[in-house]
Amino acid sequence: MFRYIVRRLLQMVLTFFGATFLVYALMFANQDDPYQALVGERPLSESQRIALNAQYHLDDPFLVQYWHYVRGLLTGDLGTSLTQRRPISEMLAEAWPITIKLALLAVLIAAVIAVSAGVLSGIRRGGVFDNVTLVITLIVLAMPVVVLAPVAQVVFGVQLGWFPVTVTRDAGLWDLLLPALVLGTLVIATELRVTRSSVAENMRADYVRTARAKGLTNKRVIGAHVLRNSLIPVITLIGVDIGALMSGAIITEGVFNIPGVGFNLFRGIRAEDGPLVVGFVSVLVIVFLVINLIVDLLYAALDPRIRYE
Amino acid sequence: MNFDPNAPLLQVNDMHVEFRTRDGVARAVTGVNLILRPGETLAVLGESGCGKSVTAQAIMGILDTPPAHVTKGEVLYRGVDLLKLPEDERRQVRANRIAMIFQDALSALNPVYSVGYQIGELFRTHRGLSRQEAKRRAVDLLDQVRIPDAKNRVDDYPHQFSGGMRQRVMIAMALALDPDVLIADEPTTALDVTVQAQIMGLLAEVQRERNMGLVLITHDMGVVADVADTIAVMYAGKVVEYAPVYDIYAHPAHPYTKALLESIPRLDFKGRGLNVIRGLPPALTDVPRGCPFHPRCAYARDVCRQDPPPPAYQIAPRRIASCHFIREVLGV
Amino acid sequence: MSDLNAVSAVEAPGPAPTGPRHGGSPAKPRSLAGDAWLDLRSSKIFWVAVVLVAVILLMAVWPSLFTSADPRDCVLANKNAGAASGAPFGFDFQGCNVYAKTIYGARDSLIVGLFATLLAGVIGLLFGLTAGYYGGWLDAVLSRFIDVVLGVPFLLAAIVLANRFSTDPDATNIVPVILTLGLLGWTTSARVMRSAVISAKGQDYVAAARMLGASPSRQMFRHILPNSIGPFLVVLTILLGINIASESTLSYLGVGLKGDAISWGIAIAEAGPYIRTTAAPLIWPSVFLAVTVLAFIMLGDAIRDAFDPKLR
Ligand SMILES: Nc1ncnc2c1ncn2[C@@H]1O[C@H](COP(=O)(O)OP(=O)(O)O)[C@@H](O)[C@H]1O
Ligand code: SF4
Ligand SMILES: [Mg+2]
Repeated sequence: MFRYIVRRLLQMVLTFFGATFLVYALMFANQDDPYQALVGERPLSESQRIALNAQYHLDDPFLVQYWHYVRGLLTGDLGTSLTQRRPISEMLAEAWPITIKLALLAVLIAAVIAVSAGVLSGIRRGGVFDNVTLVITLIVLAMPVVVLAPVAQVVFGVQLGWFPVTVTRDAGLWDLLLPALVLGTLVIATELRVTRSSVAENMRADYVRTARAKGLTNKRVIGAHVLRNSLIPVITLIGVDIGALMSGAIITEGVFNIPGVGFNLFRGIRAEDGPLVVGFVSVLVIVFLVINLIVDLLYAALDPRIRYE
Repeated sequence: MNFDPNAPLLQVNDMHVEFRTRDGVARAVTGVNLILRPGETLAVLGESGCGKSVTAQAIMGILDTPPAHVTKGEVLYRGVDLLKLPEDERRQVRANRIAMIFQDALSALNPVYSVGYQIGELFRTHRGLSRQEAKRRAVDLLDQVRIPDAKNRVDDYPHQFSGGMRQRVMIAMALALDPDVLIADEPTTALDVTVQAQIMGLLAEVQRERNMGLVLITHDMGVVADVADTIAVMYAGKVVEYAPVYDIYAHPAHPYTKALLESIPRLDFKGRGLNVIRGLPPALTDVPRGCPFHPRCAYARDVCRQDPPPPAYQIAPRRIASCHFIREVLGV
Repeated sequence: MSDLNAVSAVEAPGPAPTGPRHGGSPAKPRSLAGDAWLDLRSSKIFWVAVVLVAVILLMAVWPSLFTSADPRDCVLANKNAGAASGAPFGFDFQGCNVYAKTIYGARDSLIVGLFATLLAGVIGLLFGLTAGYYGGWLDAVLSRFIDVVLGVPFLLAAIVLANRFSTDPDATNIVPVILTLGLLGWTTSARVMRSAVISAKGQDYVAAARMLGASPSRQMFRHILPNSIGPFLVVLTILLGINIASESTLSYLGVGLKGDAISWGIAIAEAGPYIRTTAAPLIWPSVFLAVTVLAFIMLGDAIRDAFDPKLR
C-alpha cells in the first residue's frame, strides 16, 4: 500500500507539472503579443501592461514565466480579474461553496440511479429492463450539455414551472435540484453502463458459483459478493466524471445563473477576461488531479490485489 | 425436512440437463445414475466436456437457469428429492449437508474478502454466530486443513496464498458446517504434482475422520486408483460404466474405460508407446446417432452406428456397463 | 459535458479475437468481420443510425433540398413570429427563419466534426502505432504524455486553445475549431490503437513477418494495421458525434464558430435570453444537434457490439 501511494504521488506531481505547463503553454507560448491575448479585443494601456507584467512576467523567458505562474498557483496568488477588478482568488473562494453543493448533489443523484439501474440490468442482461435502459442511456449519452441545460430550463422551469428558472447564491437544495439533475445526467449513462457490464461480468465469475454453493441467499450473493466487486470499476470512473462535471458546470451554471465557479468562468470566457480564465482553469485542473488521486487511493482501499501488490 | 437416515446418502436417478442457447440446445447430461454411501469415495471419470461438472452443479442446484435446465430425474439426499424442494429449503442443504469445492481456487474465492471472512460467512449466515466467533472458527478450520500460522493468515486475501494453500482454504470452507457429502470437482487439476498428492491425502484424511461421502470428479485416471471405492465413467453426458475400483482396473467392461486405462502412463510398461484415445468427444449439439462413442471405438460394428447401446447392463451386483459388446470387451 | 465521457463509455473494444467463436460449430468457420456484418444487418439500432446519418449528410451537402428559404435573410418585422408557410418553426428574435437556420446549421457542424475527427484519428493512429509497436521507454513516455493531456479536462483545454487559434474576430473560425478539437481529442483513439497493436503484435503472422525481415513500417502498415483497425474506427465514429457536440459547446460559449457561420450552438446561445417569449428557436436546433450526435454514437455503438462477441 505504501509503495502504491508513493508511486501515485510521484505520478501526480509529474502530471501536475505536465498539465499546468500544458495549460500555460496553450495560453502563452509563441504569442506575438501575450498581453493583448490576455485582454482580448480591449485596448491595452501602458499601465495595464505594467500591471500584467507584474503578475505574469511575460517579458521573461518562457520557463521563467511558467515558474512564476506555478508559484502564484501554489501560493494562491492568481492575479486580478480584468472585468471585475478583484483578486481572482477572492472570487474563487466566494464561488466554491455553491458549486461544491451542486456537484455533490449531482454525483449523489447520478450514483444512486446509475448503480441501482445498472445492477438491475446487469443481473438480467438481455431482459426488457436491460434493453430499455440501454436505449435510454444511449440517448442520454448523446445529449450535449448545451442541449440539456437550456432545454431543461425551458421545459421544467419556464413551461411547466416545477423548478425555479434561475438560482441565487443562497439557494436551497430544491432550487439546485434541476441543475443538479442536468449535471448528473451528464455522467449517469457512463456510470450505468459500466455498472451494468461489470455486474454482468461478475455474475459469471467462479466465486459467485462458490457463494451459491455456500447456501447464501440470492440477496447476499449479489449484495455482498457481486456488488462489492462490481463497484470497483465504477468508483474509478468518478475521477473521469469529475472532469465531465466541471465542463458541464460551466454551461449549467451559466444557463441557470448559479453564481459558482462555472458561472464565473462562463462570464470570463464570454468577456475575454484572460487572467480570470487562466486562473480558474488552472485551479480546476489542480482540483481534478487531486480528486483523481483520492479516487486512486480509494481504489486501492477497495481492491486488496492493488493494496498488497 | 424429513430425511430418512436409512436411505442412501446421495442418489441421482436418470438426471437430464440441457443448455438452451442461441446456437441450439446442448444436452450436457442425458440420464446419469449415481449412488453414494457414507464413507464411500465415488470417482466420476471422463474426458473434459463429458458433463461431470454439470452433473455436480445440478446436484448442488447452482446451475444458472437459464441457460441450464434440469429436464428430468431425481437427486435424492437421504431419500428426499432435492429437485422438488422449494429454493429456501434447498439452500439449507448446500454447505450444511452437501458441500462442494472447485478446480481453480483462485477464481473460486472472492478476491476482495479475506479468507477468514469467506469461511466465517458460513457461520454467520447459517449459524448466526458473531463476527468474532465466526473468525475464531475459521482459524480452527484453517488449522485443521494444516495451513501454517493460521491465526495470522486468516486475515489474508486469496491472492496472497499459494495454489495448494488456496485449495486448502476451499476445503476448510467446505468442511465448515460439517456436511456429509463433499463434491470435489477436479480439486487437484490446477496444481503441481507434488501438491496434488498432498491435497488428495488431505481429502482422504478428512473424509475418513468425518465418515463423509466423497464425490471426486477428475479426468485423470491415475489420481483415482488409490482413493476411490467406486468409479463412474462418463462419456457424452452418460455414465457408460459403473463399478468398484478393483473391477474397473482388472476387467474394464466398456471400450471407453479400457481406452482410458491404456492411456495412463505406467512405469511397468516403459518403452511402450502411450495409447491415447484418438479423436475428440462429440460436440453436444451434434452427438452421432447410435452409440456416441462409435467414431472412436475399436470394437464398433454396424449395429453401433445404428442403435444406441442398452442403457445399463447389470454385469454383476454393483456393476453396470452400457455397450453392445460387453462380453467381447471383458474377453469372456 | 457528456462529450468526453462518452468516449470512455466506449469501453475500449478489444482487438478482434481470431479463431472460431465460442459456441459456433467448428465445421463452418465464418470470419469475424463476416459475423459482425451478419449481426449488424439484423440490428435495428444500426439501421436507424444509418438512415439518420444519411439524412444529416444530405442536409449538409444539399440544404436547399429541404428549404427554399435563405437562413441569412432575416426581417426584423418577423421578430419572434410563429410558424408560417416555409417557416414551420417560426422566427427568432432577429426575424430569421428558424427552420432554414436549423437546416443550414448541419453543414458547418459536419465539416468541423469530420475534419477534427480526421486530425484526431491521424494523431491517434501515429501515436498508438508507435507506442504499441516499439513499446519500452518510448511507450512509457508517450503513455505519460497521454496522461498529462488527460490531466486537463477536455472542455477547459479546448476553451484556452480555441481562444488561441481564433485570431481574426470576423472569421467563421472553422479552422481554429477543427485544430482545437483535433489536437485535444486523439487520446482515446491512441490508447485503443496502442492496445490493439500490442495484442496484434503477439500473433503468429506478425512474428512470421518479422522473422522474414519485414521492416518495422512494413510490418505496421501491412500486417498490424489491418488487424487493429476495427476498434479504432469504432472509436472514431463515436468521436465524430462527440466533436459535433463539442463544436456546439464551444460556439455556445463564444469561442467556437463565429461571424458568418451558422451553428446549432450559436443558435442555442442566442435563443437563451428569449425563452420566456418563444422557445422554438432554442428547442429546434437542440433537437437537431442531439439527434445528430445520437446518430453517430448509435452507429459506433452498433458496430462495436457486432464486433465484440463477449457482449452477446
Ligand atoms: N454455460 C454453458 N452454456 C452452454 N453449454 C454449456 C455450459 N456449461 C457447460 N456446457 C456444456 O456442457 C458440457 C459439459 O460440460 P462440463 O460438465 O463442464 O464438462 P466436464 O466434464 O469437463 O466438467 C460441455 O461440453 C458444454 O457443451
Ligand atoms: S456400443 Fe459399440 S461403439 Fe459403443 S462402446 Fe460399445 S462397442 Fe463401442
Ligand atoms: Mg469440469
